Amino acid sequence: MSEVDPALSRAEREALAELALRLGDDRLILGHRLSEWCGHAPVLEEELALANVALDCLGHASTLLALAGELEGRGRSADELAFLRDAREFRNCLLVEQPNGDFAVTMVRQLLFDQADLLFYEGLQASRHAGLAGFAARAVREIRYHVRHARAWWLRLGDGTDESRRRMEAALEELWRFTGELFATDELERGLAAAGLAPDRAALASRWEEALRAVAAGARLRLPGAGPLHAGGGRRGIHGESLGLLLAEMQVLARTHPGASW
Amino acid sequence: MSGRPADDGEASRPRGGDTQWPLWEVFVQPASGEPHVHAGSVHAPDAELALLNARDVYARRGPVAGLWVVESARITASSPADAPSFFDPADDKIYRHPRFYRVPRGVRSL
Repeated sequence: MSEVDPALSRAEREALAELALRLGDDRLILGHRLSEWCGHAPVLEEELALANVALDCLGHASTLLALAGELEGRGRSADELAFLRDAREFRNCLLVEQPNGDFAVTMVRQLLFDQADLLFYEGLQASRHAGLAGFAARAVREIRYHVRHARAWWLRLGDGTDESRRRMEAALEELWRFTGELFATDELERGLAAAGLAPDRAALASRWEEALRAVAAGARLRLPGAGPLHAGGGRRGIHGESLGLLLAEMQVLARTHPGASW
Repeated sequence: MSGRPADDGEASRPRGGDTQWPLWEVFVQPASGEPHVHAGSVHAPDAELALLNARDVYARRGPVAGLWVVESARITASSPADAPSFFDPADDKIYRHPRFYRVPRGVRSL
């Protein structure tokens, strides 16, 4: 992935840089959210599990943001992209920036997002861009585990006590409206799909819903109906207030000591 | 977890006033064909979560080919008090040790 692929047109390279930024920001923000559980998880084993998932996400973000910087060609490193951009420049979807809430909210967010990302990365393995395809193959293995872990909790909490079930239902109610954005495409992504560089998100929605319905049935949970979904401005840098707070905490060290290394 | 069906059996219920989930022993197999070696333990409400927890606690760094989890309560152990009568007799009878043949070449984990 170190040199610019000569088979890409300039427009394709710019579009791919933007896609890598979107995917990388999704993973970076989700990973940071999960890391906020450190020291607060319900049990020690789950603390380690959440930290593992968070580290996987940060690993993905690191690769994707490095690729974004390289394709962009303005000399920005992964660290600069992660720590020196403001909220308006972040391209993550709104779902991943939603606060952790209780453990049910975190697990609902995780499965809603990772099930969609799993399908996307499975498709990305066939990308014409060898670097992205190779990365996708690695990421798919890790995301499959995240899905297994989150699904295990859906089953146990959904079909658990009255209290755990109530919390799962509330979490689904709260987060469902952000799922529309997971499958929203724009001209840029449609172009990449047509060029064989990335899968078409819109085509993944029905398989995503099918997979979730199967888990929900096992958990005796009902997915919210096709109510009004949030339009979602994340890909254009329009975020909720909570992203600003997250970035303040995530970026404070790098901004206080510019260029420091440790 | 009280609403789960009975297939998880005893593992679903906390024991003896302990508010923790049941304890599970974890055995890690470093490579295919190697024995599973006891690595430690985790708490978990049932077997699937015990396996996931074991993966996250004991398999996240090293190369691992396989994992076993066994509910600790299902293990029957010898008592330290039994050690003399259980284990000493093996030592002074050399014919009990299978040392009188050559190990075929290429066999590493016997």
